[in-house]
Amino acid sequence: MSPAPDRHTISLTVNGEAVSEDVPARLNLVDFLRGTLCLTGSHVGCEHGVCGACTIEVDGVSVRSCLMLAVQADGTAVWTIEGLAESGRGADLRAAFLARNALQCGFCTPGMLVSALEYVEAGGTADRSAIREHISGNYCRCTGYQAIVDAVCDVIEGRAP
Amino acid sequence: MKAADFRYVRPKTLEAALSYLAGEADAMPLAGGQSLMPMMNFRLAAPELLVDLNDLSELDYVSASPDGWLEIGAMTRYRTLSAHPHLPCYAPLIAKALPHVAHAAIRNRGTVGGSIALADPAAELPAILLALAGEVVLQGPSGERVVEADDYVLGPYMTAREDGELVTKVRIPLAKDGDRFGFCELTRRHGDYAMAGCFVAASHDFEAVRIALFGVADRPVRSFGAEVALQGHRGDDADLEKAVAALTDVEMMGDVHNTADTKQHLAGVALKRAFLEARG
Repeated sequence: MSPAPDRHTISLTVNGEAVSEDVPARLNLVDFLRGTLCLTGSHVGCEHGVCGACTIEVDGVSVRSCLMLAVQADGTAVWTIEGLAESGRGADLRAAFLARNALQCGFCTPGMLVSALEYVEAGGTADRSAIREHISGNYCRCTGYQAIVDAVCDVIEGRAP
Repeated sequence: MKAADFRYVRPKTLEAALSYLAGEADAMPLAGGQSLMPMMNFRLAAPELLVDLNDLSELDYVSASPDGWLEIGAMTRYRTLSAHPHLPCYAPLIAKALPHVAHAAIRNRGTVGGSIALADPAAELPAILLALAGEVVLQGPSGERVVEADDYVLGPYMTAREDGELVTKVRIPLAKDGDRFGFCELTRRHGDYAMAGCFVAASHDFEAVRIALFGVADRPVRSFGAEVALQGHRGDDADLEKAVAALTDVEMMGDVHNTADTKQHLAGVALKRAFLEARG
């Protein structure tokens, strides 16, 4: 008989709320968010760090949540698309995505928004090639990226003082 | 597409990490996880014990030593390294190449030591180490040892690091005034693994030239033929053609996208562009 799975208790904040759960060591962070916390906005695409659909924010930076274990998130502050939407952070970016048709099926959108928001909040400029470079780790199979770059440019120009 | 079960520990000290690794045959160290996690999800790797190094803040530093070396702790993330204000002065080649290492979210987690320990044939850092004649510092149960870049990568994903040892830091000679550097990487999409890439490091007078290629063979490699062709270069473009022709000393390896012949061609393109950048 194989031994019982290794389990660990983790405490973290998710979207500003304190969470404490007992998780198996092998559980990926994205599966913890989706399966345990029912936050299904973060999507599972490739599960090997290529597609970017599971991109979330951990301690202020974008992270692929399929390449991080839930147990590694102990003590961190995690933000997912649900929390960003509720807090209003990046509301202008979501509005611009809508206005510019920067999504069609929507599968990549939560991860794309997290990546794009990281660029905008870091003071990125409305330089189309720099924007493309920053979102190069997020696959979108609908839009061809043009409209996404348009939306990010709109937000940067709109936020300029 | 989910990792097989394993036990997990996150030691607070290097000493504790080494003792976990020594205590179990199927233990693996986990650095940034940007390569090991996919390998575990694919079940190409299935450690019994995963030793997470992410609490080892003692391995997270970038410093210039008084004897002329840039020292980078193994758990330094790409993000931290690229934000270091003196990096373009200490090691211009690393500063040039870092934006090409994968994508932002990968650079936020990926570590220098992880890349060096894996020694992916298409990764930038192991090839930079070769071009700059760097050193890898390893620590194991019986102490510390230093391996020169030329002796470090032994085969595809095979290095001089032994089981139970950890890469603790890399050392790179600090760039001197007038040193020349060039870099070119050919990819299908920005941040993807290179189809072919080349680093050139040379003294100002081209008396010393080192050329490292990545993404073209079963490991990062130097082309000694190309180096000889470009040693003492005085601006004659024929030297460059000779160097490209000399790349046949590298055993090119094709992959699903490009045959070995294509790699040969692309390596020549990358060499030319990198060399012209170094020449200025």
